[in-house]
Amino acid sequence: MNAQPKPKPTKGFPLPSSLRVIPGTERAQAAYPYHIQFSEADDNRFWFYNSMHFPEPMSAFDMVTAEAAYCALGAANTRVHCLPTTLGIDHRIINGRVYIGGNAVTDPAEIARRTEEFQKRAFYYYENWERLYAQWREKMLKLIQDAQALPKPTLPELEPLENVHAGRGVASNHYLLDIYQKTLEGYFRMWHHHFEFLLLGYGAYLTFFAFCKKAFPEITDQTIARMVAGIEAEIFRPDDELRRLARRAVELGVDGKFKEGVPAEVIIESLRQSGPPGEQWLKELQAARDPWFNINVGDGFYHYHRAWNDDLSMPFAGLPDYMRRVRAGESLERPIERLKAERAQLIAEYRELLSTDDERAAYDQMITLAHRVFPYVEGHKFYCEHWYTNLFFNKIREFGALLAQHKFFPDAEDVFHLTHYELEAAIIDLMTAWSNGSEPRGPAHWPKIVAERRAALEEWAKHETPPALGPVPDVIDDPAIVMLWGITRESLDNWLAASGGEDTNEVKGFAASSGVAEGPARVVKSVEEISRVQKGDILVCQVTNPTWAPIFQKIAAAVSDIGGSMSHAAIVAREYGLPAVVGTGNATARIKDGQRIRVDGGRGIVTILEQDA
Amino acid sequence: MKSTENIGWFADIGLHDRPHVGGKGGSLGELQRAGIAVPPGFVVKTGAFERFIQALERHSPVRARVEALHADDLAGVTECCKELRARVEDAPLPAEVLDDISAAYGALCTEAGQAIAVRSSATTEDAADASFAGLQDTYLWITSLEDTLRKVRSCWASLYSVESVTYRRKRGLPEDGVAMAVVVQKMVDARTAGVMFTRSPVSGDRSVITIEGAWGLGSAVVGGEVTPDRWVVGKITGEVSVREISDKQIQHVPAPGGGTESVPVPEEQRRTPCLSDDELQALRAVGRNVERHYGRPQDIEWAICRQTQQIYLLQSRPETVWAAKDAAPVARAAADPLAHVMTIFGGRR
Repeated sequence: MNAQPKPKPTKGFPLPSSLRVIPGTERAQAAYPYHIQFSEADDNRFWFYNSMHFPEPMSAFDMVTAEAAYCALGAANTRVHCLPTTLGIDHRIINGRVYIGGNAVTDPAEIARRTEEFQKRAFYYYENWERLYAQWREKMLKLIQDAQALPKPTLPELEPLENVHAGRGVASNHYLLDIYQKTLEGYFRMWHHHFEFLLLGYGAYLTFFAFCKKAFPEITDQTIARMVAGIEAEIFRPDDELRRLARRAVELGVDGKFKEGVPAEVIIESLRQSGPPGEQWLKELQAARDPWFNINVGDGFYHYHRAWNDDLSMPFAGLPDYMRRVRAGESLERPIERLKAERAQLIAEYRELLSTDDERAAYDQMITLAHRVFPYVEGHKFYCEHWYTNLFFNKIREFGALLAQHKFFPDAEDVFHLTHYELEAAIIDLMTAWSNGSEPRGPAHWPKIVAERRAALEEWAKHETPPALGPVPDVIDDPAIVMLWGITRESLDNWLAASGGEDTNEVKGFAASSGVAEGPARVVKSVEEISRVQKGDILVCQVTNPTWAPIFQKIAAAVSDIGGSMSHAAIVAREYGLPAVVGTGNATARIKDGQRIRVDGGRGIVTILEQDA
Repeated sequence: MKSTENIGWFADIGLHDRPHVGGKGGSLGELQRAGIAVPPGFVVKTGAFERFIQALERHSPVRARVEALHADDLAGVTECCKELRARVEDAPLPAEVLDDISAAYGALCTEAGQAIAVRSSATTEDAADASFAGLQDTYLWITSLEDTLRKVRSCWASLYSVESVTYRRKRGLPEDGVAMAVVVQKMVDARTAGVMFTRSPVSGDRSVITIEGAWGLGSAVVGGEVTPDRWVVGKITGEVSVREISDKQIQHVPAPGGGTESVPVPEEQRRTPCLSDDELQALRAVGRNVERHYGRPQDIEWAICRQTQQIYLLQSRPETVWAAKDAAPVARAAADPLAHVMTIFGGRR
């Protein structure tokens, strides 16, 4: 059922068994469960480093995202929709890096059997897309409400009297486990929701994409993306809200309070004291924050990708510029109607170039389906990767605070150095000690481990890891891998060629938004550094996503390690008319802060113009 | 100035006038009428040639003598052609023909020494016929009325070249139908010139425009004497997906004594792009207009004037290589639109 493509003996990446755990980090490596450690049998398969979703070493706890996501992705592909040619994706972790390998179906009889099933299942989804998607949103909002309703985990010294008199019969310590298990259950469930439509959505998009590539062999990915991308997707809302707030501040006459470099909390305090207009603005800010500031500054896969709501410095960094533009009489509202008309015109003009009416009819069928499914592909991210993920990591933070309070480790954030299995053990340790009136064992057990793992993470981050492992398959025929990671036989050949050394001054990626710009590189690795970005800089970051939109008005171009031409950063860059190259893999490592670089967004090439800045 | 029986201004003619103005003249008129800038000019129509031949025949026959020739009699054809060509090149022009051409020339060249091109414009349906028959004369950088008149006669005389006459005799074509139009057009002193294909010559993609250009006159690019800069521009989006800036070592420029010469490109200009991004976009717009006007992909020669920076179209022909290929449809409409997704989910592609 999961025969792999025949390995090519002459060409290949290092075997998994040749990859060594970095000396001194063995115990941190051992924390990951046995089933995601590489084994000898894994040498016979092809694996690649999932640098798109996990560009940095994963802390022990953050691994839960890989576990939950691949569990749900696999179920959808293998058992729910029955994708004909592929099953799920296995994952392994070494040195904090997540390697993944697909399970292709190659037996023609099996493909035929699964094709029949697929058409009964996936086609039903396509036919009933709008109804099922509406139902999905209800399910998802309910899941979010359930997560929000979970109380903060606390341990009173004595059981509150009202619980006793009410005859609750269950003591407070039990609720620690209850809340924790519900938190974890919700996260695993959320990932099932995440993948309920995703592959089908991408598949319909790629159907149109493949048609365009065949009909117009030299069309750029970004042009096809522009034909399909939605204009009113949820993912644009956070930035839209920010623009509206900027306009309101000017209208209310409180925009003078916003100065670059002044911390958000200082601005908020001065608004609070400035009378009714300031209070009014704060009220509107509050309304916008729930839910639209539940957007995080990364892609939600790491606990430290904090949300706007948890760190207002990111949204506030964009406000002064927006206000300047409002005062200059500019309209900040995205010109929805114009964008829609432009998209319609683009589609019509390409249609006109086709040779026959029959081709045009096929084109119409494919773009229609792509437009029907794409709102999900764009919309799910806000609910899943941003909103829900923030709730999840923040709930874990509450457990971190409780355990830190009981001296399990010095800092609440240290909780992320425990796997989710270990965290449950620590919680039960605390529950038990509370029950018995004895001291928990954690404070003697965890601090050393936490320190060791923190050191291991730092060590792992210093080492490069091979982009792929094992024999190179003849063809990459797994639609999930092609769709989600853009990996093809050609890209693997490029990786193999590139492994010879990187003495070139070029960094290559996806051509996301055309145009050429030159300027100083501003390598921004975290949200704290965002204020360093000056007008005319070229933003170089790991992930660009719409939360970064407010600074797009300052920069001359954008470069990212991760993302494809359909990434929202690419869409925002195109709307701002900025050159962008995304998915470079290692721009933040290769480009040094302050270096002069040139970004050619039409070709996907970044050139380092001066080696020593 | 108005068109007459003998001459037609580009603005007054189109492709349907081909029998009187020839293919080249008709195409230039057509482009101008479609709102596309071509170097200004007029056509000496077949009527002028007809009047000229009639005048000649009042002295002694021309057409009857050709019709009496045998294609195999090379000596006889050579002898006769020599004599007829001499007569075409030397006999006086009928007064009304001379007046019309002189007046049109005067209207075109308002200053002394302005350079023009004189080109034959064959009326044959098939361009291949004209090239077999050697009717593709082009005289560049002509700077006087006297010389212009001489080159017009040279174009006419080419109808009586040995190869042209032999070709007609072999096919038994009647001499009555033999006529020739001549294009008289201002030269563009090009800062940059080149070619443009409104579909990819590499992949046949109709959504891109390939532009090639180099410094100076287009003859260096067309003749392959310089490696041109090359761009691929999205026809609809204007995105520039390929930019290849070459080392352009030589350029063709007008020679001081008339004609053209090849000179080295100054060092600092050699690796500089010969077109700005704005010019690329302007060329794209022109290419789209021409293609829309003709309803199919075009193969275009263009030039940018050194003085005015105006883009001129020198020639546009339908693209033939990819048009001749029988491409299978990319996809057909499906009874169930969902069937299309199987191209992604259905297995090996």
